Amino acid sequence: MANAIRSVFHPHVRGYADVNRDALRLLGKPGKGYVALIGMSVGLVGLALIAFLYQVAYGIGMAGITNPVGWGTFITTFVFWVGIGHAGTLISAILHLFRAGWRQSIYRFAEAMTVFAVLTAGLFPIIHIGRPWFFYWLLPLPSQRHIWPNFRSPLLWDVFAVTTYLTVSSVFFFIGLIPDIAAARDAATVPWRKKVYTILALGWRGTDREWKHFTRAYLFLAALATPLVLSVHSVVSWDFAVSIVPGWHTTIFAPYFVAGAILSGVAMVVTLMVPVRKIFHLEAYFTQLHFDRLAKLLILTSCIVGYAYGMEYFMAWYSGELYERDVFWDRVTGDYWWAGWSMITFNAVIPQFLWVKKIRQNLNAFFIISIVVNIGMWYERFVIIIPSLAHSYEPWKFMNYHMSWTEAAILMGSFGWFFMWFLLFLRFLPGLAIAELKEILPPPMKHHHPAGHTAKADPAELSEELPLGYKEFEKR
Amino acid sequence: MRRPRTGVLGVFAHLDTTTDAIRRLRAAGYEHLTVYSPTPRHEIEEALESPESGVRIFTLTGAFTGTGAGAALAIWASLDWPLIVGGKEIVSLPAFSVIMFEVTVLLGALSTVAALFLLARLPRIGRAEGLYHPSLSAGNFGVYASVPRDRYDAVRDLLTQSGSEEVYLDER
Repeated sequence: MANAIRSVFHPHVRGYADVNRDALRLLGKPGKGYVALIGMSVGLVGLALIAFLYQVAYGIGMAGITNPVGWGTFITTFVFWVGIGHAGTLISAILHLFRAGWRQSIYRFAEAMTVFAVLTAGLFPIIHIGRPWFFYWLLPLPSQRHIWPNFRSPLLWDVFAVTTYLTVSSVFFFIGLIPDIAAARDAATVPWRKKVYTILALGWRGTDREWKHFTRAYLFLAALATPLVLSVHSVVSWDFAVSIVPGWHTTIFAPYFVAGAILSGVAMVVTLMVPVRKIFHLEAYFTQLHFDRLAKLLILTSCIVGYAYGMEYFMAWYSGELYERDVFWDRVTGDYWWAGWSMITFNAVIPQFLWVKKIRQNLNAFFIISIVVNIGMWYERFVIIIPSLAHSYEPWKFMNYHMSWTEAAILMGSFGWFFMWFLLFLRFLPGLAIAELKEILPPPMKHHHPAGHTAKADPAELSEELPLGYKEFEKR
Repeated sequence: MRRPRTGVLGVFAHLDTTTDAIRRLRAAGYEHLTVYSPTPRHEIEEALESPESGVRIFTLTGAFTGTGAGAALAIWASLDWPLIVGGKEIVSLPAFSVIMFEVTVLLGALSTVAALFLLARLPRIGRAEGLYHPSLSAGNFGVYASVPRDRYDAVRDLLTQSGSEEVYLDER
């Protein structure tokens, strides 16, 4: 028995060859369901494109934004998608630094999700500015009058934060893919696939020199991405918090937004993982243990978000600020009460059901909770942005916001755009991190089996250090 | 000694036999080794006793260059057209620290990638040096010793004794 020791995370994976077989199986011929899904996604993108072109032709007035609500669905959706990206970096970078072995099997999906979510988010400021062909005004480029963007403005910080985030997470994603594309190249039988993978693998062969520099570079990228991800949503929150609008002007915003981002992102990871696991039969890779730990993350961030909701109300009351109190009271009793209560129920209350083991381990229930959290987190951004603008200061300028059909179409199209990229990724690039999964599998050993472990085929009896193979090695 | 252009590749199914082969070859004086593995293993690095990777120098240099560049951009652009906004200083360092941080991370990450490409010699274009086997990315380990042709037999014996399943000779 060469492989009597199994990984505690993946007890049903027998060895290195299994990982290659299962990961590369994802790249096979797509089924009808896949074609239908991708058709639907492209259809939604087409719908959004029509709405966008309509808006370009007739002007930004086609959107429901006007005074006093100058930020509407576009900015809400921008913040939503940037937030979705955060869990991917949490799983790929932060959990890598913590050496959390359970991250290996889900990290590739999560990181892909990050890249595509930020790619989606990046579209929205450009759509929102109304004249997208002037988007380069956002960048610090010299003009003939030598006027530079205002470096004291959080909006410019945001340009730097989001472009850096998109660059660094794409780089992190593609660097991590190189060894796995090489594995796909070596196994490819279709000539055009072999050619494409050969180019993308950059001649990777897994030599000791390559791995040595790769592992260090990967570590440093993770170390750089970790503070970056915390900074990005903090900077997004300062877009609001640095202004003086009641409901926005709070010091709690940065941690509150980061926790909310991780909550929504982890929910999106679960939303994607449950169907992918079922359709592609990845039960051996996405185990109960993975869902359990994701549930813990959801509960933690949901509690932080719930605390932030409460603290916002406390501060509004305790500060004695009339306008602040008015805005917060309006959120739950005013015209947008439905959004306010949805936010509180979906983000702070419903995830608490995950404390119950039966619910947490029932993937259908977990899937529904994750979708509810996704909706709730969109509402959170909506509630922060719109009622605050619609109901601030003097009553003569109170005016409600109504989403126009172009905004609704572009919002739906953003989901199509995101899922289109994600589905393409699933079929063309290795979705399971092949090389990284092998890191947590016990390495194949011919001799020197540590006495006492070979008989233990029951994975429950293995300790967590065992799968890494360190103990076996030290005992030699 | 220059690295010979010819060599012998031993394919191994197990990690312990691979590290054995590395130790035996090194003990016999063969220092030009290329070890293939499907996943990074510290055991192989230990057996090779290779020096620490130089990526960290690039990362550090890139990151600090980024801090400087971010500060320089924000300060210079603000001085280029001095305009008081919100009663703040022209050079408002607390506000600029965000820009400095983001550019630090950006250049730090990009220089890390540049270091990886330079030091690992990627992308590899043209005919590859040494032998390779497609099973090396799946589950097998490989030890390739760059040796002149007259040492082929000796190296093959060493690899087989260590437990190599298959030995390939570079006959190109």
